[in-house]
Amino acid sequence: MRLADRAMPVLLVVAAVMFAAAPFLIDAAPEESTMGLVQKIFYFHVPAAMMTFAGAFACGLASAAFLWRRRPEADHLALAGAELVVLFGVIVLVTGPLWARKAWGVWWQWDARLTITLVMWMVFVSYMLLRRFGGPGSEVLAAAVGVFGMVLVPFVYLSVHLWRTIHPTTNVIRSLPPEMRWPFLWCTVAFLFLFAALLIARARLETARAALERAYLALED
Amino acid sequence: MSLLRVAWLIARKDLLVEARSRELASTTLFFAVASVLVFAFALVRDGAVPADAPAGILWVAIAFSGTLALGRAFERERQSETLRALLLSPVERPAVYVGKLLALLLLMAGVEAVLVPIVALLFGAPIGRAPWLLFALLATGTLGFAAVGTLFAAMLVRARSRDVLLPVVLYPIAVPVIIAGVRGTSAVFAAEPDFASAQTWLTMLVLFDAVFVTLAFWTFEPVMSD
Amino acid sequence: MTDVQTLDVSRHFGRRRALSRVSLTFKAGEIAGVFGPNGAGKSTLLGVLSTLLRPSSGEVRYGGRAASAWSDDLRGQIGMLGHDLFLYGDLTARENLVFFGRLYGLARDGKLDARVDRALDAARLTERAGDRVSEFSRGLRQRLALERALLHEPALVLLDEPFTGLDDESASLLAARLRTLRGAGRIVVMATHDFESADGLVDRALAIRAGKSRELPVAAGGPLRQRYQAALRGDWA
Repeated sequence: MRLADRAMPVLLVVAAVMFAAAPFLIDAAPEESTMGLVQKIFYFHVPAAMMTFAGAFACGLASAAFLWRRRPEADHLALAGAELVVLFGVIVLVTGPLWARKAWGVWWQWDARLTITLVMWMVFVSYMLLRRFGGPGSEVLAAAVGVFGMVLVPFVYLSVHLWRTIHPTTNVIRSLPPEMRWPFLWCTVAFLFLFAALLIARARLETARAALERAYLALED
Repeated sequence: MSLLRVAWLIARKDLLVEARSRELASTTLFFAVASVLVFAFALVRDGAVPADAPAGILWVAIAFSGTLALGRAFERERQSETLRALLLSPVERPAVYVGKLLALLLLMAGVEAVLVPIVALLFGAPIGRAPWLLFALLATGTLGFAAVGTLFAAMLVRARSRDVLLPVVLYPIAVPVIIAGVRGTSAVFAAEPDFASAQTWLTMLVLFDAVFVTLAFWTFEPVMSD
Repeated sequence: MTDVQTLDVSRHFGRRRALSRVSLTFKAGEIAGVFGPNGAGKSTLLGVLSTLLRPSSGEVRYGGRAASAWSDDLRGQIGMLGHDLFLYGDLTARENLVFFGRLYGLARDGKLDARVDRALDAARLTERAGDRVSEFSRGLRQRLALERALLHEPALVLLDEPFTGLDDESASLLAARLRTLRGAGRIVVMATHDFESADGLVDRALAIRAGKSRELPVAAGGPLRQRYQAALRGDWA
């Protein structure tokens, strides 16, 4: 984990710099014809959505490692991943309706992408509730939820997509004109660095907390 | 002893216990019917419900009553710690999972056998139109819900706040099952039935079951190891 | 299985330390008594020995081999009388024994019913074999639970408070039963509060307090209860 420890501040600084530059790039990008200025929320909304899924996979893989190998660092990483799903999910679920309200007049219309994010967000909120209220030993139980949550992703996609499709489809990215594509990629990378930095920091925090618990226990010996 | 024999042994024991007390069957069924009524009162207007409502009401009743049955079934194992006794025995742990799953499925089959005609009666839903398709949707949907539910209910037996945590962790993961079940059933019940669409949803349920029954089967032992 | 060893075993639940670096060996043909106040770690120790609880650190060895080196068969050699008895209240005494007998693979040679009859006889429950366990008193349930634990003739016998609810006659029958098990070369580990019944029965006595264990000298005179209370006084390293 030493590499991760040293990388974290670097990632954070780079992300900070990129976020500082982002508004200028977004401002310079052309306005979309039908939705106007409001559409620009997508430069944050979509990368945040991507990060919720990155978090879901991080949590799922780490949960599997913890469930079958019981390595404590895996549990800490799983917790960090789940918290980031909740965090970035909130960003998506707040920016989404704001965009929808201005662009289409309603706060929520059950479009596929937002509903998918809502369901995944709820899975990982339930993960956090289980850890918080399940009592001792709930880390193992939560790991099962984490694994199931990760495996669930394609099914939520499939079922919600078949159910509703009003949201702009995935083609949005490929059909983006170059002047929009670059700011979008910039924001995506910035979010990715931020995600990585937060994941490492939160996992290390949890490792430190666990070490403190062990010290408490050792004291009673 | 092979896994299936052990699973059947455990399931038979559950059925025997249930036959003695008859607690689960009666309470689960009554609760399912009560849920249907509550939703009916919420939605009925001028003597009819909105077109897609019967399918939705049916699946919600199944989900709610299934959760109740799961909770009670494992609460019974908690008294006298008999779940621990099962884990202490030399049978392979996944067999315990399959056994409990089988018992729950049989219970839910019984409940649904009564519930579906009642829904048909109250809302005029055409259950005779494509009975095998409807049966397949109910069977695969109930299996998906029960597969995840049995694992979660078992693992929560020793947790705190287990009564409220079961629906909290189960419902979000069951969302694809509910969507597929409701949409598929709705397509069958619709004024102009869309069997192709129903079959697509059925395929999704089969896929879900294949993946999640396997996943729950492999996860049971590590998650139950204290 | 000639012995069971715990090597530096610790077990905690969240912040609560239930067992703290316990290293003990239990041999065949020996009855070991484990004494301690409530919450000291007796049940946790039995739980770890039964394989139901994993140690947080340290290792348990059965017949010299780690638990992980054994297959599921290891559990077939362990019999446990738990604090919560492990019986299905809605089933009859006979049904309980038949179910667990089948689960432990005892139906294979067709002698399960004979075994169940013998077990009911040993528990003196033959007349009540067809009654539901929920109708039994605590003492009757305890007797049935013991037979359930011993039905498959396990090499390692773990008993959590076996004398609870037993009248004098049942208690002496239990003691005789345990002596028979010892004679048959089983490993018997018993956690109990009942000093009077245990005195003269156990070959070894261990005191447990706050997760740590200490051996009580057997040879040194005086009743068991006195020796135990003497051990509780003073510092435990």
